[in-house]
Amino acid sequence: MSDDQHKSGAPAQKAARKGNKIKLLWALYALCTVLVLLDLPIHRHAETGFDGNFGFYGFYGFIASVVLVLAARYVLRPIVKRPEGYYDD
Amino acid sequence: MIEFPPGLILILGALLVPFLRGPLRAIWMLALPVAAFAVLYSLPEGDHFAISAFGQQLELLRVDGLSKVFGYVFLVAIFLGVIYALHVRAVEEHVSGLIYAGAAIGAVFAGDLVTLFVYWELTAISSVFLILTRRTPEALAASMRYLIIQVGSGVLLLAGLIVIWHETGSIAFEHIGIESAGGVLILLAFGIKAAFPLLHNWLQDAYPQSTPTGTVLLSAFTTKLAIYALARGYAGTEELIWIGAIMTVFPIFFAVIENDLRRVLVYSLNNQLGFMVVGVGIGTELALNGAAAHAVTHILYKALLFMSIGAVLHRTGTALASELGGLFKSMPVTAVFCAIGSASIAAVPLFSGFVSKSMILSAAAHEGLYGVWLTMLFASAGVLVYSGIKVPYFAFFAEDSGKRPQEAPMNMLVAMALAAALCIGIGVWPSALFAILPFDVDYVPYTDSHVLSQVQLLVFSVLAFVVLLRSGLYPKQLRSINLDTDWFYLRLGRSFLQFATRAAENMHSDAYDLVVRRAKRFVEQLYRHHGPHGIIARTWPTGSMVLWVAILLVTYLALYFIDIF
Repeated sequence: MSDDQHKSGAPAQKAARKGNKIKLLWALYALCTVLVLLDLPIHRHAETGFDGNFGFYGFYGFIASVVLVLAARYVLRPIVKRPEGYYDD
Repeated sequence: MIEFPPGLILILGALLVPFLRGPLRAIWMLALPVAAFAVLYSLPEGDHFAISAFGQQLELLRVDGLSKVFGYVFLVAIFLGVIYALHVRAVEEHVSGLIYAGAAIGAVFAGDLVTLFVYWELTAISSVFLILTRRTPEALAASMRYLIIQVGSGVLLLAGLIVIWHETGSIAFEHIGIESAGGVLILLAFGIKAAFPLLHNWLQDAYPQSTPTGTVLLSAFTTKLAIYALARGYAGTEELIWIGAIMTVFPIFFAVIENDLRRVLVYSLNNQLGFMVVGVGIGTELALNGAAAHAVTHILYKALLFMSIGAVLHRTGTALASELGGLFKSMPVTAVFCAIGSASIAAVPLFSGFVSKSMILSAAAHEGLYGVWLTMLFASAGVLVYSGIKVPYFAFFAEDSGKRPQEAPMNMLVAMALAAALCIGIGVWPSALFAILPFDVDYVPYTDSHVLSQVQLLVFSVLAFVVLLRSGLYPKQLRSINLDTDWFYLRLGRSFLQFATRAAENMHSDAYDLVVRRAKRFVEQLYRHHGPHGIIARTWPTGSMVLWVAILLVTYLALYFIDIF
């Protein structure tokens, strides 16, 4: 296809991009750690009885996103996916 | 002070648009919402514009806190929409857009149910042209389905209003409730436009078929008018809490696997409406303020998102995630605006969604509705994955599609810049938004605890997205369609029609067999026996008659003699 030439840059560029990607990932992991640890010094005004627990929001956000994506992919998609033009006949 | 309905300014002004050309038309179309805004701003609370019809007083301009918020944001939305569509040549799109906005604003200020009904139907009829002007066969079919459902909602509203009128003798549009049959009918009418679960699919069916500019307007008015109507008529109705909670969750699963980015945005629109419905259902001052505030911020960031993807569609001719990617290289400004819209819908602190959504969540927690609170928190985490990240990621980043479209036209960029400025402005200075809410606001969104909670929730959702993407568990964007409740009329309904047609044909031939053929056979038999050549109609010779009489006599005699012996 014609757009293949855009996908592959020079090998050096590609390696640099990969390096950046890995740096970004480590930054994200570090940010997550810092945010969880901030639970210790910052006093939380809990809205409910349970959201004051250590790491509640991080844990819930992570689990919610994983459950959402996996359920959509492995439960919903097999049921509802149809080829384009399914309604056209 | 001019006491004239702001909606009518737009509607009457729109009628002049076809006669204007070039810059004059642009200036006129931009002046209309500005003039209406000035009029609305100067209006004090109260009823200002009444006309008498069929023995009833029709209140065309009921101004109070709730109607004013929606009036303001609708006027801002049409102003942005006009700028965004300035390059469009088709005059019918401009006219219908202005009438549509005017009708929605008219409905918001309707003080009685009859006026509401008239504007309710006008929004349906005017908005259908925004889909029709796309001029594709799919758009034509979708627009007709849209029209049927929208007008159907109006018919339910009419039926409900007649019941209520009959029962109470009043047509005032105040709290309705679901105690009477009329109230249930009207709730159903509102529920269709608010896209309640199972009544929702017209939204995902029609909006992605509209023109790039039309979707921006569609996303603003119809559904938020329904939210306003619910807040007016059904505040504190407990059932709405549960309906809204389901609404925040179920569309997001579809959004994850949907390929058409405009349809992804519509699913997330549906989910955001859920938050507002929950707010209306809780019905406390904080919750209603939250619902109104969320409607305001939602209209702005949703318009911004539809504008950015609309610009992509305008430049590349597609909005399918599987066909896009890497567009930030040639459309960097649009990409930044899309990211701002995404940050707002994901409720990142300092963006507009953060201040409004948290009001609804807090209201739920204050009422002890922890299940609902957890459901909404799930949807808040999810919104980042399926909408906040997915839309900008697959359009502007992800795998490079090789497409290098031009940056969006200047007028589109200006509209996006204004919307983005409002999204950030409300996020940074929420007091301006709080000042126009229907009730006094005693709510502080920016506490260190609240900001930390939200940032944790979002960053860990990002982490989940990254982990899923790297492990290959994130579903690929495939060219396919996903069934939704529209299957019932697109497939089941059509199959039923085909079945019914065949059955009717069979019944016709069976009935023909049963009645006509049998009658024919009967007539044929009759003809054979009684017709000119039939056995009964034959002429008998006298000789044979005499012979038969003789035979009869002989038999009689024979029997007589047998009897004697």
